[in-house]
Amino acid sequence: MEYVEKDDKQRVKKATLLSIIPGLGQIYNKQIFKGIIFLLIFALFIIEMINFGAGALVGLVTLGSTPGLDHSLFILIEGSLQLLILLLFILFYAINLNDARKVAKLWAEGKKVNTSMKSVLLNVADQGFPYLFTIPAYVAMIFAIVFPVLVTIFIAFTNYDFYHIPPAKLIDWVGFSNFTDVFFLSSYRDTFLAVFGWTLIWTVAATTLQIVIGIFTALVLNQKFIKFKRVFGIIFLLPWAVPAFITIMSFSNMFNDSIGAINTQVIPLIDALIPFVDIGSLPWKTDPFWTKVAIIMIQGWLGFPFIYVLVSGILQSIPEEQYEAARIDGAGLIQRFRHITMPAIFAIAAPIFITQYTGNFNNFSMIYLFNEGGPGSIGAGAGSTDILISWIYKLTTGTSPQYSIASAVTLFISLFVIAISLMVFKKTKAFEMED
Amino acid sequence: MNRIVKSQKTSRLINKIFTYFYLLLLAVIIIYPLLITASSAFKAGNVTAFNLNFDAEWTLSNFQRLFTETLYGDWYMNTLIIALVTMIVQVTFITLAGYVYSRYRFVGRKKSLIFFLIIQMVPTTAALTAFYVMALLMGALDQSWFLMFLYIGGGIPMNTWLMKGYFDTVPYDLDESAKLDGAGHFRIFIQIVLPLVKPMIAVQSLWAFMTPFGEYMLAKFLLRTPENYTVAIGLQTFINNPQNQKVALFAAGAILIAIPITVLFFMLQKHFVAGLTSGGTKG
Repeated sequence: MEYVEKDDKQRVKKATLLSIIPGLGQIYNKQIFKGIIFLLIFALFIIEMINFGAGALVGLVTLGSTPGLDHSLFILIEGSLQLLILLLFILFYAINLNDARKVAKLWAEGKKVNTSMKSVLLNVADQGFPYLFTIPAYVAMIFAIVFPVLVTIFIAFTNYDFYHIPPAKLIDWVGFSNFTDVFFLSSYRDTFLAVFGWTLIWTVAATTLQIVIGIFTALVLNQKFIKFKRVFGIIFLLPWAVPAFITIMSFSNMFNDSIGAINTQVIPLIDALIPFVDIGSLPWKTDPFWTKVAIIMIQGWLGFPFIYVLVSGILQSIPEEQYEAARIDGAGLIQRFRHITMPAIFAIAAPIFITQYTGNFNNFSMIYLFNEGGPGSIGAGAGSTDILISWIYKLTTGTSPQYSIASAVTLFISLFVIAISLMVFKKTKAFEMED
Repeated sequence: MNRIVKSQKTSRLINKIFTYFYLLLLAVIIIYPLLITASSAFKAGNVTAFNLNFDAEWTLSNFQRLFTETLYGDWYMNTLIIALVTMIVQVTFITLAGYVYSRYRFVGRKKSLIFFLIIQMVPTTAALTAFYVMALLMGALDQSWFLMFLYIGGGIPMNTWLMKGYFDTVPYDLDESAKLDGAGHFRIFIQIVLPLVKPMIAVQSLWAFMTPFGEYMLAKFLLRTPENYTVAIGLQTFINNPQNQKVALFAAGAILIAIPITVLFFMLQKHFVAGLTSGGTKG
């Protein structure tokens, strides 16, 4: 008995060791078909490595050596791609080792093992179904998100800017100098701090405004006695339904200092209607303060319908009996709102509110299409109402592009947004899933 | 007793007056900018600013000029193609993935769900330099397929998560009993579960379709020749040049985009809330 057990252990060990060359372990396990497939994948990887991969990985370290001949950017991209392939191969390798060990164990325990090609294929079709269905999403995501993020990380550590445009010039690794420039060097640091500060103010002010208007409107329209409820409901959806770029560009025209409708029609009307009020015309496009006021108000206009629809749905799901009971207990309007309505709204909508904040943090269209981040300039290519994302856009598209600095700022906002979201998601228990 | 009833009545009246005042004011604030933009599309002569002015001469010539003197027709077709491809491919991908994450328990499921949740927080549009370099390498600068590809991939993590949440609301007993009847993976998916998530598929299709119509930053950055523009960046050329503003043409072009999208939007509106909250907090 003991002898047999020792034999089994050896068998498992042998299969695992053999699959150091993928496929051999499987063939030893009498899964010839699977083994050949694994061997083929391994061979393909080796051939790829010799012909392209090894060179690409070396290129990632040197970024080329002959200006005019080596295109540093392409070398960097190819290197990143190779890194991704290498990661995928390591994943395959781990699966291979694990598979050889598991199947050998099955043999040792005397359980049934699929050896024929047909049964292996059937098994793959059955067990592999979930993987088959997620592969398209993963491939699209890896190339449209993961790979660009990887490239951004690399570029943030190079000196890629308008002085170093390949293939005429080489790009080099420069360590953390882009980050020290942005965070510590005075010319960039002052701009960064100013832009970041305004980004935070903008995000909090605009998002809170749209949430407050949205909740308030939902509560007002939720009262029973209102006539033409549907008409109001449709009107209040319009700012969401009409594509935002259209309304932002229209508002941009309306807020024109000299000929815009706000200064020529709306403010005169308000001045005439309300006694003792005399606003006159305001410098919406030429004074940073008034541009900021306008942008925040317009975002309130654009963003409240989404919140209004969401909250209306939640309000209808709160049972009427709860309010009745509270009323009998003597709870007033405000108490009922604080203890029944608010908790119900936040229980469902809190994660969505957070996506509203992170969305406005990166709301490029609102800032750029209204006044192109202007008026004026605060140095390093940024205008007085630019937020981080529109600053990145300007750093990348300006006449003297600063690609590496832009990438460093991109990394900063990504980490910032992820950190904030993670903190909130942890609190709302989004991670606590059943297995 | 009588006094209490009376004071309740007045407070109710005050509430009524305030409610209607608020609703009407908000309605005016919403309609005013939309109305003056829309009305400018029908004004003859050289319009430079949107305003409420009904003395103007009315005309349909702006729409005609839009298609004869500008590239608007090209832009509209470009956007329509990008929007349709984005919609079909993205919705297919997220429906498949959302179904699997909702119904199957497989090795790596939880890890990859958390991966989706974190990666959807990455502000992908910010990786401009990376997109630029990738486009250079693939010769994809000024090509709409690259833009489609970014729209499709960029929306996947968040929308897969929402889709999965909606699949979770479909009772499991249905597929259990179908499985007992001997239905395979594909049959359960296509015949049993898929028909029940149609509302969510409709909502996701609308979102995916609307993205290319509204997205400005990536389109402006990647598309370089006017013939290849989408409507968002094309229309902007009418008003961003102070010397040569074509405000009336902008308004006409805007109407032709806003109307179909708004109609689609209202048709699917009743499904929005379920679509928004189903992704919620449960795994």
